[in-house]
Amino acid sequence: MSKLKYTKDGRLLFTKEMKKEYTILMPMMMPIHFTFLKNILTKYGYRMKLLKTTHARIVDEGLQNVHNDTCYPALLVIGQLLDAIKKGECSIDRTALIITQTGGGCRASNYIYLLRKALKKNGLSHIPVISFNLNGMEKNPGFIITPGMLVQLIYAVLYGDILMLLSNQTRPYEVEQGASDNLTNKWIRQLSRELRGSSFLNTKKVKKRMEQIAADFAAVPVKKTDKVKVGIVGEIYMKYSPLGNNNLEDFLQQEDAEVEVPGLLDFIIYTCDNGATDARLYGINRGTSILSSILKNYLVKMQNLLIEAVRSQPCFRAPSPYDHIKSLVQGYIGTGVKMGEGWLLTAEMLDLISSGVNNIVCTQPFGCLPNHISGKGMIRKIKENYPNANIVAIDYDPGATRINQENRIKLMLSVAKLNLLKLTR
Amino acid sequence: MDCFIGIDIGSTTVKAVVLDEHKNIQYKHYGRHYARVRETTVQLIDDLKDLLKGKRLKVAITGSVGLGLSRDTGIEFVQEVFATRIAVEDCLCNVDVVIELGGEDAKILFLTGGTEERMNGSCAGGTGAFIDQMASLLNVSLEELDTLSFKHEKIYSIASRCGVFAKSDIQPLLNQGANKADIAASIYQAVVDQTIGGLAQGRTIRGRVAFLGGPLTFQKGLQERFVETLGLDREHALFPKNAEFYVALGAALYSMNRTAMDYNELMDKLKQSLTYKNILRSLPPLFESEKQYQEFKSRHSQDKVRHVDISTYTGDAYLGIDAGSTTIKLVLISPDGDLLYSFYQSNYGEPIPLVKEHLQRIYQLGAGRIRICSGASTGYGEELIRHAFHLDGNIVETIAHFFAARFFNPRVDFILDIGGQDIKCFKIKNNAVDSIMLNEACSSGCGSFIDTYSQALGYPIEEFAKLGLFAEHPVDLGSRCTVFMNSSIKQAQKDGADISDISAGLAVSIVKNALYKVIRVSSPDELGDNIVVQGGTFLNDAILRSFEMETEKEVTRPPIAGLMGAFGAALYAKSLNKTESSILNALELAKFTHTAKAAQCRLCTNNCRLTVNLFSGNARYISGNRCERPLGSKDKTRLPNAYAYKLKRLEEYKPLKNAPLGRIGLPMGLNMYENLPFWHTLLSDVGFEVVLSGHSTRELYTKGQHTIPSDTVCYPAKLMHGHIEQLLEQDIETIFYPCMTYNFDEDLGDNHYNCPVVAYYPELLKANVSALAEIEFHCPYFSLSNKKQFTKRASSYFKEMFNIPARVTKAAVEKAYIEQFRYMDDIRKYGLTAIQYAKENNRNIIVLAGRPYHVDKEVNHGIDQLIQALGLVVITEDCISCLEKKQKVQVLDQWTYHSRLYAAAHYVTRCKNMQLVQLVSFGCGLDAITTDEVRDILESKGKFYTQIKIDEISNLGAAKIRLRSLIAAVSLQGEI
Repeated sequence: MSKLKYTKDGRLLFTKEMKKEYTILMPMMMPIHFTFLKNILTKYGYRMKLLKTTHARIVDEGLQNVHNDTCYPALLVIGQLLDAIKKGECSIDRTALIITQTGGGCRASNYIYLLRKALKKNGLSHIPVISFNLNGMEKNPGFIITPGMLVQLIYAVLYGDILMLLSNQTRPYEVEQGASDNLTNKWIRQLSRELRGSSFLNTKKVKKRMEQIAADFAAVPVKKTDKVKVGIVGEIYMKYSPLGNNNLEDFLQQEDAEVEVPGLLDFIIYTCDNGATDARLYGINRGTSILSSILKNYLVKMQNLLIEAVRSQPCFRAPSPYDHIKSLVQGYIGTGVKMGEGWLLTAEMLDLISSGVNNIVCTQPFGCLPNHISGKGMIRKIKENYPNANIVAIDYDPGATRINQENRIKLMLSVAKLNLLKLTR
Repeated sequence: MDCFIGIDIGSTTVKAVVLDEHKNIQYKHYGRHYARVRETTVQLIDDLKDLLKGKRLKVAITGSVGLGLSRDTGIEFVQEVFATRIAVEDCLCNVDVVIELGGEDAKILFLTGGTEERMNGSCAGGTGAFIDQMASLLNVSLEELDTLSFKHEKIYSIASRCGVFAKSDIQPLLNQGANKADIAASIYQAVVDQTIGGLAQGRTIRGRVAFLGGPLTFQKGLQERFVETLGLDREHALFPKNAEFYVALGAALYSMNRTAMDYNELMDKLKQSLTYKNILRSLPPLFESEKQYQEFKSRHSQDKVRHVDISTYTGDAYLGIDAGSTTIKLVLISPDGDLLYSFYQSNYGEPIPLVKEHLQRIYQLGAGRIRICSGASTGYGEELIRHAFHLDGNIVETIAHFFAARFFNPRVDFILDIGGQDIKCFKIKNNAVDSIMLNEACSSGCGSFIDTYSQALGYPIEEFAKLGLFAEHPVDLGSRCTVFMNSSIKQAQKDGADISDISAGLAVSIVKNALYKVIRVSSPDELGDNIVVQGGTFLNDAILRSFEMETEKEVTRPPIAGLMGAFGAALYAKSLNKTESSILNALELAKFTHTAKAAQCRLCTNNCRLTVNLFSGNARYISGNRCERPLGSKDKTRLPNAYAYKLKRLEEYKPLKNAPLGRIGLPMGLNMYENLPFWHTLLSDVGFEVVLSGHSTRELYTKGQHTIPSDTVCYPAKLMHGHIEQLLEQDIETIFYPCMTYNFDEDLGDNHYNCPVVAYYPELLKANVSALAEIEFHCPYFSLSNKKQFTKRASSYFKEMFNIPARVTKAAVEKAYIEQFRYMDDIRKYGLTAIQYAKENNRNIIVLAGRPYHVDKEVNHGIDQLIQALGLVVITEDCISCLEKKQKVQVLDQWTYHSRLYAAAHYVTRCKNMQLVQLVSFGCGLDAITTDEVRDILESKGKFYTQIKIDEISNLGAAKIRLRSLIAAVSLQGEI
């Protein structure tokens, strides 16, 4: 049995012994990406368990253990973890939790603390919580992201993004129902196997794989019809997590729309890029700034591989390069807005619209602070410049009902359908 | 022959229209569905058998509740706003804007100049249901409300964002005796303001405006308010015929291009839906069997109170009156606590005549035998009642409840009281109130919600509650505020839940609301072992049962659960040890009269709305005041108040005369409240005349309201829109308002951020206030935490923008830093003097902790003065935060304002005569984190934690109760 070890200021550590004995519970956000993440960590010897639960008990756990005015993602993530612990699927004395930690001026950087508070409240403070971060915030001897792992994680994000993008572009038109999903799953399995050996030098292979993926999806038999295209933007958890947004993607697809969700890579590049913002605007944190720029440039290069791979199949819409997206916000919002999704959220809306996706659902937890500014705060201006922009902002929280959300989304869809009809006539 | 049918199913009503081939209306129907959506629809079509048989029918369903029916029957659905647009485009010409109010939705459509449709967000009352709720609060029918509104003389500002807020605005008005006609018109005005502010969000409503939907069709007073506010003439305000049917009409028109069916096919589809029950989340039933219920009943009947016949009793008696927000309760008890007389009634906004009537009856019944030794009042109207009837004392309601609960269970360690409007709960430790929790304005889905809902469904409340007892599948409605619960119910209705399931579900959700929203328990063990539950709401067995089920504890419910406040007041009266009460005697009572009139205090900028109550014999009682001044008290020795000091100190910054660079405007809100000394000095020194936007007021808020894009952002941020308008009105051509990611680093936390709203609000203003494009709006990114870097950046910025030489800027920056630190130092010094004063004069101190912009009077609503008037010294968190070192806290401590809160809380734990009260803005996401942490810091050292949530509503009643409870609790604990 591993001994409990603490840091000087009293934080429970995840030790090397624990790595062998403990099962690490991981909350869900993006089904494809997180499956890769889980598979990579498993290969590095961690016993991972990705939580796929969606039942109502999760919200109740969240409500009971997190201040109810805290944002909804915190409630769900913490609720999902506590629910899993209490159900006793793994031994309480051999369980650890993992959660991302971003830092920054948004209250989201508090999730890990709120999780620990909730554990304490339930008499579970002997459960270690691992911070998953790339900026060296909290460290654990038993959980170290090696450079090799980091590279694989980046590849995983690329694979995740391209699979999400192409399956979303194919699924609505597939002749045989389920073909796109089957293909996605096939690739998840194959790529997970391959990722273990990947290194910096494997870029060529990654490129090749992405081209193969694009070719595979292009080969799925489709029947092209005119469909309404809807983009989903917003706070990162609400945007991606089906648990959070009440299966928004499925709902839109049932309503006969083609869904487009911007990839995770942009957000990661944005985060790196922000490291340089302080130096640029305030002349502080120059050290981090240099490191961030190096990483940013590397990621932008990787993103280009993805874009090229998608472009190799003319039937698909390729994503825009990061720097292009960033340039779009000029005249709307300053790139110094770096809390939460910051200016990237505005940029994503503008990018969708300028690439022909005029219909947008902007998702956020009820009372999301950064989104007051960069989401809801920018819609008016966007509409002024793009009269065809058809944006609906939807708030999510434990009390907001599906019917209210769906009704508003349906209004957006009705207008979208009418616009489509006008266009095709 | 073709027939087109549009069915519009809203939250409360079903509307249907049948059109013939020439779009002529053959039939129309408007009626409530009382949650029996499917049955009502089937009935409706059945009634139309003769009309529809043998025709080719095309059908479309619309409306928020219609969605589910459409899904289950496969009948075409059209979104309601979209349907409205179809109908308007077909039936009316040259319409620019459509405003449609329904039961729970409000919609606005702009048809010209860029079409746009909007619906109210999920957190928005301001609709038909809101008006219903307000009418029942006033105890008038909708027709009466309408008639009344035409007799108004003045209009009060009432928040309509959510019914709960509005109630807390209206209730004090009623209690103060304001004119119902004025209130009626104010309710309509609130709906209008909400539509313009909340829905139009920056787009001007102009041109020809069509008004649709039930409320706007039937309520002429509402029409009048809209027309007047929007400044429309007859030409431009359209109230079309059949306005309440437009959505259904749109659906009928929409159906034209759809597939046809015959009557039987339609009927089959609808009937099929009757059997379909799709409850996603159902809860276990409250009682499995009648037997279980009987056991429960008999267990609770053991808690008894003795009733003694007043007409035979001889001896002493004590009177207690609880003048609640919506009800009035009165008890007369014997020295042993036996109940001689009691009544409990809704006060219908006029408590005084009711008390008079019952007092008279008591005198009559007990003539010559009963001597009232003393009497006391409690509750919202305690002072009014005390003054009116010359009672011997009054007591804050929380303490009254504690006295009463202790009578029934001397070992009580936890009390939960759910009344009509509020949830109160307190823990008792060492025979003293240990912590008090009251519901926030937003989550008070309390007892009155069930009342209103049962009324809306057409059931008496008792019957409605009983329905729930044996429901098989109670609906899980979640635990949130009233508005949200309404839509949860809508969802349940949509899914086909029946009345009993909804009734039981409501009971459970009220309990959950109390437990998880207000008390925030994670396990029932936290509540204690001797729980007393009370308040009228607990007389409902369904609620009592769900409380016991949820907590897995058996609790005490006194049989007079609804009278506990009055009972406690009577016990308090007894404790006064008087032999002869000062209460009006029978003779005086017979001659007693009461009139109330509204007035406005002009003694300071608060402009409190006063109610002057005149009683017989020229006695006068003024209510609604924040401070003592309108009462004519000449007490010159005002206690130290750091809020007032800060305001005064900030007023020292005067504009430079004959400035070479001309005028520059600073909006006076958010972080400008702290950084004014800095920016003012800097800008003046480089040569600007600095013009400030001035104090916030309600009027200023209204001026900027139309450009607010997010209605859930905090009030201080919303006020910024008004400040910008204020500057624009002064023809300012340059406005300076920097974006500041970082704050000063005071070495109290791990980082020194501002919150996202404070940091980036200038960006939002730039994007939403279109007039800012016409002038120079400067929102550069600056950080003051690193002086060297700031000097460098400021120099180049001012050089580039205003051509100011770098050395001039450098010198100005130097002065600005000195001035900023001098200002902050002055505040600390003032704090120390105040602490010293308190010590010397044996006063208690309240640290009114919040953020710098909470000193804005429109934000704090004069709470500081209220505290002062209660005899306490007021200081701020930044008076004392510098006296502490960096604290280890359980959360990420990276916002400068937060670090000050934590430091101040730590300081308070060491001071015997100091209590901390935290001011929290509604919608402040970060305070969800700070409040818990500040509470933990204080409670870990045995201190009380008090939180006051503030928003645009200016009702200080709740704040006053909290503060008085705090003072009473502290004094019971023996600290004062």
